[in-house]
This record gives sequence, structure tokens and C-alpha cells, in this order.
Amino acid sequence: MAAAAGTPAKSTYDVIVVGGGHNGLTCAAYLAKAGRKVLVLERRHVVGGAAVSEELHPGFTFSVCSYIVSLFRPQIIRELELARHGLEIIPLESTFTPFPDGRSLARWADPERTRREIAAFSPKDADVYPEFGLTMSRLAHFAKHIIDRPPPDPTSFAPSDLLQLGAIGSLLRGTDRDLRFLNTKLMTMSAADFLDLWFESEHLKTPMSASGIIGTFLGVRSPGTAYVLLHHYMGEIDGAYRAWGFAKGGTGAVSEALASSAIAHGAEVVTEAPVQALRLTDGRTTGVVLENGTEIGAKVVVSSLDPHRTFFGLVGERNLDPAFVSQLRKFKLRGSSGKVNLAVDRVPEFTARPGDGMHIRGDISISPDFEYMERAYDDAKYGAFSRRPYMNIVIPTLTDPSVAPPGKHIVSIFVQYAPYHITEGPERWPEQRDAFGDAVLDTLEAYCPGLKSSILFKQVLTPWDLEKDFGLTEGNIFHGELSLEQLLFLRPTAGWSRYRTPIDRLWACGSGTHPGGGVMGAPGELAAKTLLRSGDA
Amino acid sequence: MSIATPFHPRTSVLCTSLFWKEWAGHHAVRSYDTHHEPEYFAIRHAAALIDVSPLFKYDVSGPDAAAFLSRVMVRDIRKLKIGRVTYLCWCDDHGKVLDDGTVSRFAEQDFRVTSAEPALAWLSRQAGRFRVTIEDVSERIATLSLQGPRSRDILRDATDADLDALKFFGVTAATLRGIDVRLSRTGYTGDLGYEIWIHRDHALPVWDALMEVGEAHRITPVGLDAMDVSRIEAGFILNGVDYFSAHRCVVESRKSTPYEIGLGWTVNLEREPFVGQEALRLEKARGSRWAKVGLVIDWDEHEALFAKVGLPPQVPSAAWRTAVPVYDTGGRQVGQATSGAWSPTLKQNLALATVEAAYAAPGTALRMEVTVEFQRHRVTAVVTETPFFNPERKRA
Repeated sequence: MAAAAGTPAKSTYDVIVVGGGHNGLTCAAYLAKAGRKVLVLERRHVVGGAAVSEELHPGFTFSVCSYIVSLFRPQIIRELELARHGLEIIPLESTFTPFPDGRSLARWADPERTRREIAAFSPKDADVYPEFGLTMSRLAHFAKHIIDRPPPDPTSFAPSDLLQLGAIGSLLRGTDRDLRFLNTKLMTMSAADFLDLWFESEHLKTPMSASGIIGTFLGVRSPGTAYVLLHHYMGEIDGAYRAWGFAKGGTGAVSEALASSAIAHGAEVVTEAPVQALRLTDGRTTGVVLENGTEIGAKVVVSSLDPHRTFFGLVGERNLDPAFVSQLRKFKLRGSSGKVNLAVDRVPEFTARPGDGMHIRGDISISPDFEYMERAYDDAKYGAFSRRPYMNIVIPTLTDPSVAPPGKHIVSIFVQYAPYHITEGPERWPEQRDAFGDAVLDTLEAYCPGLKSSILFKQVLTPWDLEKDFGLTEGNIFHGELSLEQLLFLRPTAGWSRYRTPIDRLWACGSGTHPGGGVMGAPGELAAKTLLRSGDA
Repeated sequence: MSIATPFHPRTSVLCTSLFWKEWAGHHAVRSYDTHHEPEYFAIRHAAALIDVSPLFKYDVSGPDAAAFLSRVMVRDIRKLKIGRVTYLCWCDDHGKVLDDGTVSRFAEQDFRVTSAEPALAWLSRQAGRFRVTIEDVSERIATLSLQGPRSRDILRDATDADLDALKFFGVTAATLRGIDVRLSRTGYTGDLGYEIWIHRDHALPVWDALMEVGEAHRITPVGLDAMDVSRIEAGFILNGVDYFSAHRCVVESRKSTPYEIGLGWTVNLEREPFVGQEALRLEKARGSRWAKVGLVIDWDEHEALFAKVGLPPQVPSAAWRTAVPVYDTGGRQVGQATSGAWSPTLKQNLALATVEAAYAAPGTALRMEVTVEFQRHRVTAVVTETPFFNPERKRA
């Protein structure tokens, strides 16, 4: 079943979901499953938002933006029967880091192999690595309690909040003192400093630290980046690596499966239907107005757009309380990354470890040492893209040949830093796009000679493009930075973390709500479940 | 001691894990790498090359071949068209299953039977006055299973077969780089897939050709551990695990009828006499004692048991086949789960179980035993129709 383009079939619904990204669709599918009449309105001609697959070059289907399905909640796959609707996720098997000196490190799902790899750099670190993994898994165990529930409000005395806080408290009490101290360190330290507590080899620490900065405008030495490391240990259901994977057919397959499930449950999904504004009657949401002027009524509207687009775009500043507006203005979006997508005519060959073996089937990290990472950040701090950026690369065609012609490959390169606010102003990004793409490819060519000559097609996405084409304000891939002060009961703003908004009958379900970005589906799921319990819809 | 299959010179070099098992007297790869998951995903996303040579194979031919097979099999083989394969089982005189397998019809008078256990003596004993010859070709014919969404593309590049005409459960002769092979549109994974039947003398060139042509389609040599997970998702039972051949049972209670192992649909009851017919007719009329069902184990309960002892939820990384008790909600044992696996695709904990027939309706909530931190518990397991995973491409 596919989404239809154009105009919705009816003039009123129980719920309208604005935005057909993966969270909007997750939310819609849950609401439809519960019997609500649901309409999803998507601006573009395809569903998916940033979780989209598009055939940009004949025969090559790209995961244009999101390239990895990270921590997608397994209960969503079960409850919405996404496998039946075509979703299959292939786990990432390894993380490979080539170094400029010709050495390389691959970390595998196989612990013995990983141990030998690390031992080549530091025998001590090789011993510590599984210990670290165990400790992180223990910490992650309780982080999971947090991501699968709406955040408790610590200032509230409502019984449900107290109960939930109590439950987290008792989980903490069940852990030992050392672990609690460590948890505090994790929450406050930088990724690099935290890893320094455990390991000596920078060859190991640098690629590990890199996961702490993805999508943030912070460096590996910036406080607060350590806790993101935890995300890598949350895939407990499927083991260490398996929660991170490729969707067969590209990341858009997640959205397509969600749309198919939503439609099967009775939801209507309409593409090419941009929403102009929320329809407010006496301060209460009564529907939406499309850009073509069509008005559609609903008891509740759920926005999956980021907080800026939801409130400044759909609602309009004049309808908002000034105090709320000033909180919202402080919500940090400031995109810091770009993307380069390549179609190539052969498997990229890394000098540090030639061949198309298992080592390049996972993700590939260009992160030679802390200094490199910090210098990359320095460029961004002063308003320029990194001349030598951090890159996270995947070659999905090695495990999912369905997305390219036989023997041809797709190389997906996540690039940081590419700050939205360049010195010249964000609107000048188009003039810098080629130079940015060249910086990426020149950097990579040093590790992968011949890559440039193998390119059949190239797409360079700057933060400006992410904003313009995918509706990500300031190009922020997570709808707002995943830094501590913007998480949990503070996401997107204090007091409005439970998917309700200050506007009556307007709810939010995008990555700008708890627990945040990544192709996780949790905001959409939790928003739907909270809304259903609320009695609003 | 086990012996090598014709592909051993290739598989033994590739099997860097040294994880082998015994399968029908042969060395068989469990997983080429220490970790079977990438192999599982090759089955579901690209193409898997699996050495299934240890299967027993018998060529049955002669003027009475169809009539003979109809007499020994639960299906009326006379109706099987040339170029078709059928899945079925066969029983002893008491209607108890001896084995399950396939029968292919190559020509009017030429058939091939595959089985999990040796069947030559039993087939020969039934031959009586039928004008048939039964030849054990198990050793002579090497077999590769090529499974996965890209399997057709590979064979299209590697063979001259008309693959669009080769439908689900079809079989055809073809040449592969000048070598005569047979291709059947069959498999044990529940995915798009083929089995390739080759004279053992040509086994290695065929392997090499498929690996070479398959490279562009990400072909991967795959062992039995990965196939075991996919067969559970597909809901396929396994002789010796999910039921036991009547020939090997010491006690009557271990034996099963086709109706009791989910193969009732393969029985063509109303026709000329066949082995086990009377007993099966009686059972059909009277109802069966047992039923084979799929179970989906409740994840939240499973997770809660682990949470209670402070552990993240765990599932075995490979398919399991040690039977565990299954109870009704009142606590009475009503059967056993015989094998199971965590499905990486469905994100569900699956099992195949034998339960009293009264508990076989889809949706029935049962309780299955699980052990968490050395303590035995029971979790809800809901009877679910199989196949658990049934992609459209399987039949496409």
C-alpha cells in the first residue's frame, strides 16, 4: 500500500499528523491501530523525512540523509508488524578505523578478534575493553528505562512522576557505589576524558570518542559528550552491535514499512501536501490549513516537525506565550554536519587494509587522533567547515546489494563539522558546497586511493541543503542537539517534555521530543501512547 | 567417523572458524566465521551458498515409478506434473511418520526422492512387484542450496535456464558453464532460493562458477547455524528435532502422525491404498492427540524476568533444539517446545512446539519454561500461525 499524493479524502479526522518522517508515521500507525481516524500530511513527494531512500542516480537507491538505523525500538517492529510490511534491518558488523600511518583497527562482534586487534596497539587496552563494555552495558541498562518511557518531571508531585522517579531511583539503588559515581562522571565529562580513565591507546580512544559528538556542535574534549557513548551499548537485545544497522533498500524502507503499517490500520498518508499553518479557534487547535488553502479539521494535531518549525512555523510566534518563545529561542539547533553520497563503480579499497572483506561492511571511521578531531572542531568554531573532517562512512551495498546495480556500490559519508552558521552566513553555503565536497573527497582519497576516479555520481549535502530540502532547521539532524541540557524533561523545553505543547490539542512527536533523534522511533511511539492515555484523542 | 562432501576442498579453506558438525555422516560447516549472523543476513538480503550434499537422494524410475511412489508416500504422486517438486512425508503401516522430504518428477518415469534419513531399504522393501528401479544417488549427486533475494540473478548470469519459467517448486535441467545440472526452486530457508543438483565430479567447478558470478551479488558461503535460524522463521520442522522418525523411536509415544506435526495438508487420503492409509483415515476421523504449532514468546515478560535479577534480557545467539516444557495457563504440562530461535528480522523470540490438539488454535496463550540466572520460570507464549516470516519473494 502506498501513500497518495495531493488532497486528503475527508475534511475531518480524529488526528492529523504533520510531517511524514519516521516519527510522524510511527505515531500515526499507533494511533490508527488504536482505532483513531488519522491523516498524515507530508510536504515532499515521498514519505520518510530524513529517513528516506531515493534513486538519485539510475539504479542507485541512496539513504539520502539518515544512513544507519540506530536503536530503532524493537517493540515498534513487533507491535506494528513492520517485518510483514517489508522492514528488514541488517546489523553493522564492525567499526573499522584506518590510520594515516598505514595501520588500522577493526572492532568486531567477535570479542576474541577484537581483543587481538586492540592488543596490536595496547595489550592492556585489549584486556580493559570487555570490562569497559560490561560496565557500559550496566549503565545502559538503566538508560534504556529512560528512553522507553516519557520522561518524569522532577519538579512534579504527581503520583505518576513520583512513581517513575522512584523506579529510576530504585534501579540506581540496586547498583553499587562505584557505578553510581561512574554514572555521574559519564554525565558530565567529555568523551575523550572519560575514555582516558580506561584506555591508553589513542588509536582506540579516538574512534570510540567520535560517537560522542555526532550531530552536536561540540568536540571530543567538550564536557557532556561522554554520555552519548552509552548509546552504543544500549542495543542489549541484539548484542553490542546489532541494534545499529542498515535497512534493506535503504533507510527509507523504515518509513515505507511504517507508512504501510499505518495505512493497513486505516490511516491515510498524503504526500505533496505541505501544511501552511495550524488552525486555531479561541486558542485551541481545530485542524490545519494546507499551503493550497484547503482546511482540514481534527480533534488533535500532532507535529513531527522540529520545535522551531512547529512553533514558529505552524503556530506562529504571536500565538505563543513570550516566556515560552524565549525558552524556545535558546533551544540549540545549530547543525554541524553534512553528507556526501557517492555511487562508485568498484569497492573502495583502503590502503591500510585492502580488500572487500568483512572489515568494511560495518561503519568506517576517519578519526586518526584527538588532535585531528579537535582541529576539525576548531575550523567549525570559527565559522568554517573542517578542512580535514571527521567522517563516518558506510558501504551498504556490501551487505544489501539491492540498492545498486551488480558490482557497483554506494558510499555514504557522514561529515562533521559542517556548521550551519558559516562566517559568510548560512545562505552562502551553496557557493561553498563544491569546496566542502572536495575537502571530504581529498581527505578520503588519502586513505582510499582511486576513490575519486571510481565515482559515477556524487551528491553533497550541506546543512543549508538539509534545512531547505528536508525541513531540518539549521540542518540539525536530531531536531535539536542531544546535549544534556536539552534532554529528558528539558526536551524541547522545561515543562513541555511530555509531547503536549502549550497550545491546546497540539502535540509533538518529532526528534525534538524525548528521547531525541536518530532513527529510533521512540518519540513517535511514546507520543502516540501518551496521547491515547490523555483522553485528548 | 564423518566423511567429506564433494565441496570440502572449498568449504574447508573458507571455514576459518573451524566450526563443524556432523550431518548424515558428513562434515558440515556450522558457520564459516565465528559469528553466524552475517551468514543469516546473507540468506535474507543477498545470496547464501550452502552445501547440502549430505541429504539422502534416491532416483526412482521405471514404468510403475509414479504408482509406486503414490503407494509409499502420503501424496498422490501420479498427479505430480513433470518439472514439479512436491514436499511430503511418508509413514509406516501405522501412519507414523518415517521422514519428510521432497519428490521431484524429471520425466514421465523418472523421479527423485530426498530424505533426511536413509530410505533405500525401506523403499526397496515396498517395491514388491512394481516395475521400478531405486538407486541411491546420495553420494553421486552433490547439492548446493543457493538462497536469498539475489539467488535468481546469480543463476540468470551463471546458467542457461529459463528462470522466469521455473516457478516455486519447479525443477529443470540446465547447463552451467557447460556442466549439466538440475535446478529446483526449493530450499529450507523460507526465502527466494534454489537447489542445484550436480554430479560430484563437477562439484568444484560449479561452486567456483557460482562464487565468481555471485560476487557482484554479494554471495556468501553459509553454514547450518544460519540456515537453522531461517528455517525456524519459516516454520519448517526438522526430523530428529521437532519430531522423530518412527524407525528410531523406542517408545510409541515418541512417534507422530503427519497430522500431529503439521503435515496433514500433504496427505491425500481418498485414493488407492497407500502405506499407512487406514491408520491415517482413522486418525483423521477421530482427531489427533497432538499438534505442531508456532509460539511467539512474550518479550515483556521475558525481559521482566531478567530485569528482576538486574540483567539485560538475553536470547541465545543461535537456534536451540533442546526441548522445554510447555504448560497451559493452569500450570498443567500440555506439550513441549522442540526448537526455537530469536528472529533478527521479526525481533521476536520464536519456538516450534508440540502441544495437545486442544491448545493449537492461533491466539491461545500458553506458558513456556525459560531459565534465567539458573532459575526456572514460565513465560507466556502465544500460539501463532507459521511461517512466522513469509516474504513475498519466497514464491515470486
